[in-house]
Amino acid sequence: MTEHFKMETPATERRLDDMAQGLVGAPLDRPEGPLKVTGTATYANEWQIEGMAHGVMVRAPGNSGRVILANRDDVAKLPGVLAVIQDDRLLRNPAQGTANEAPVQSPHHAAYLGQLIAVVVAETFEQARHAAQSLQVTLENAQMVQVDPATAAVEPQDGQALDQGDLDAAMRDAPHSVDLVYTTPSHSSAPMEPHASIASWQGGDLTLRGSYQMLKYNRNELADSLGIHPDRVRIISPYVGGGFGSKLGLAPEAVAAAIAAQELGRPVSVALQRPQVFEATMRRSETRQRVRLAADAEGRLTGLGHDARVSNLPGESFAEPVLQASHFLYAGANRRMSLELARLHRMCAGSVRAPGEAVGVTVLENAMDELAHEIGIDPVALRLRNIPEKDPESGKDYSSRRFREALESGAEAFGWADRPGVKERREGEWLIGYGMASAARVNVLMESQARVTLLPDGTARVETDMTDIGTGTYAILGQIAGDMLGLPRDRVEVVLGDTTLPPAAGSGGSWGASSSGTSVYLACEAIRRQLAQRLEVDEHDLTLKDGRATYANQVKSLSDILQGDEIAKLGHVKPGDTSTDVRQATFGAYFAEVAVHAASGETRIRRMHGSFAAGRILNAKTARSQCLGGMTFGIGIALTEELAFDPRDGHVANHNLAEYHIPVNADVPQLTVELLEERDDWANPMQAKGIGELGICGAAAAITNAIHNATGVRVRDYPATLDKVIAGM
Amino acid sequence: MQTNLTINGTPQRLELDPRTTLLDALRHHLGLTGSKKGCDHGQCGACTVMVNGRRINACLTLACMHDGDEVTTIEGIGQPDNLSPLQQAFVSEDGFQCGYCTPGQICSATAMLEEVRNGWPSHVTDDLDGGADLTTEEISERMSGNLCRCSAYPNIVEAIRKAAGENA
Ligand code: FES
Ligand code: FES
Repeated sequence: MTEHFKMETPATERRLDDMAQGLVGAPLDRPEGPLKVTGTATYANEWQIEGMAHGVMVRAPGNSGRVILANRDDVAKLPGVLAVIQDDRLLRNPAQGTANEAPVQSPHHAAYLGQLIAVVVAETFEQARHAAQSLQVTLENAQMVQVDPATAAVEPQDGQALDQGDLDAAMRDAPHSVDLVYTTPSHSSAPMEPHASIASWQGGDLTLRGSYQMLKYNRNELADSLGIHPDRVRIISPYVGGGFGSKLGLAPEAVAAAIAAQELGRPVSVALQRPQVFEATMRRSETRQRVRLAADAEGRLTGLGHDARVSNLPGESFAEPVLQASHFLYAGANRRMSLELARLHRMCAGSVRAPGEAVGVTVLENAMDELAHEIGIDPVALRLRNIPEKDPESGKDYSSRRFREALESGAEAFGWADRPGVKERREGEWLIGYGMASAARVNVLMESQARVTLLPDGTARVETDMTDIGTGTYAILGQIAGDMLGLPRDRVEVVLGDTTLPPAAGSGGSWGASSSGTSVYLACEAIRRQLAQRLEVDEHDLTLKDGRATYANQVKSLSDILQGDEIAKLGHVKPGDTSTDVRQATFGAYFAEVAVHAASGETRIRRMHGSFAAGRILNAKTARSQCLGGMTFGIGIALTEELAFDPRDGHVANHNLAEYHIPVNADVPQLTVELLEERDDWANPMQAKGIGELGICGAAAAITNAIHNATGVRVRDYPATLDKVIAGM
Repeated sequence: MQTNLTINGTPQRLELDPRTTLLDALRHHLGLTGSKKGCDHGQCGACTVMVNGRRINACLTLACMHDGDEVTTIEGIGQPDNLSPLQQAFVSEDGFQCGYCTPGQICSATAMLEEVRNGWPSHVTDDLDGGADLTTEEISERMSGNLCRCSAYPNIVEAIRKAAGENA
């Protein structure tokens, strides 16, 4: 019944190219669209459950010391209050993505300001909110702790270190070189839906309606946090209001809701308040990055160095993998890289959209721009000149890599040839500049399972605990199944987001579509074989379209073949040798035109274009939307986004959407996106790669490079706010 | 505290804690969860509804302040099998991803188009008395109170332009 498959060798058959239904790749509307635009898709905190109480979490007012709830008894007596809970199992911070076990649990000791240390539950939300605000939290034996990444003790991340050739000599001998330091601040995922969970118990069984990206891991994390068996936990998450990494791992509200519901014997909902999302979920670490580039007279790289410092809380192993794409994007025989992790008492650092590349490629692409300027060659030409033949460190081949085409085609589409010289173009009070950057992101396949059932009436159902966080999962899984089984899109139902369904890879790391999609593909292939068996033909001689099978000059409807039976198959994919035999990544290029105000230093983006290659595109509409989203995150990184930490106690000073500036509609022009035709046989049997994060990996550099082209100012301390631009003008 | 509201044409008599926001009255007391809570601080627009025809942030006002008012929420604009032209355009232009900001965007856009029809200028309108054309710039400016972290902005603009064109 189960179709197991391990990706050991390239999948050269490319069967999706030959399927008659023609759904995969088409820009189809999202099937759940009508629900979302009418407000009838049910998100976590929207289930109407009989007898539900409301919980509001309370934070630690400092970054160390023993937590005391000073007026706990008084608060417990406030109208409507049902419980004030400070259970030992409350989470200090969320689990990291794919952790699969509980994170640190310590509600009695503060590790950072904003840590959620208790939950107050009441009959109504208004009562709970008032009671939570009334709770006086004090810290006993608080001490001075480290909150500054610049002076904190660091731990070298040896697994990331590289010393190949002699970079010092390369730098010394090169006719052209740059040696630059950049800093990027912490970022917040800031999904529009705050983290929320509704917990309800039936005896010893827990049902959690939550907002999560990776249910099979979240279920184990929740069970481990509570000290119960995972079999007793069900998580339901059919619609997720954005994640961007912040909902990869189990977050504090889920455990709080579960404990409260158990204690009270009734369902409890706990939604984080917006400031709590900012303070107590995940941040992207700030980075300090030194980049060294050495080049010969023609701009061929002879050396590449990238050293970075990031930070995290004590006890957290995650270190923003800043160097990830620096290892393989460009040539250069002499290479040195290092990453160090500073330990400090700020909120937890974890995955925010494209951990590593989002800021690592951005800074590398700024340094490449500076090198191009120093040599006096076109920035696109510099990139083209340094596309390595083989992986410059391992010597392995790349899988598919249409990097050159993305650079050339993007430049053409944008009109790069018209690029002005530095500070050359002015329109009234506005200085106009063009900038570009490369895009690169590692590609990953993860274990994933899905069940596909072909029903007697010739419709199909796809079931997996995969999530759709806006990524388009509902759309693409239906397209894959429709193509493989020869069914129009509306005859395939896709059911997601429930841990009672086969466990999927989850949404994260850009691996969701290709991993869960492959499991659906495999299940459908097994169904095709069974159909072929019934018809006594070879499966490859079977053409399935519009609910009919064509074979050996005959046509038969699926329901006639099925004769009242259903065929259910489980597809199960695991990564294999192709993950390590070659270098797998996605590539692209960004181009931006900015206008910088001559008097204020304000930057407006006039145009921005991205050309991307990510293997087979499964749905041109949703894939494009993913790229729009990534590029817009890049606009935020370039110009406005910065979590500001108070230097005295490390708390997030701008913990709300009015002060943490994500791009708004007026900040984003009508972005254009080109998706290059590509097949990656090494990736999976669909030849598809991840696209959810590629659009952010370097995007900000296209903008800051354009600011330089417009003004001559290099802002090396992100974001490029008005004060920094004007200071250089 | 008793409050009488007309929600999507239906009179509702509510007995509410005076601290209840209009948004929580809809979500917690009437089961109308189409209006979203993105920040509860008037900073994101996810809770946008129309009160007496004008768009407001429902999280930033108390339900009891609206005694006698007519409230239109996303549920009153269209249903899955009966989409408004704007809702239909959001689907076909992919004017959303996760969908969480979307009801707010659509309520906001519905009211915004009415503001344009009534000749209200915006920050980017050249002629304060002459009305405004629905340019990309005008739409973006007028929709900037509705945040979308998925960043469907270009598609939101296209959807609004398309729906407005069909209506015109
Ligand atoms: S929820 Fe009302 S503006 Fe954000
Ligand atoms: S669609 Fe996700 S926030 Fe707008």
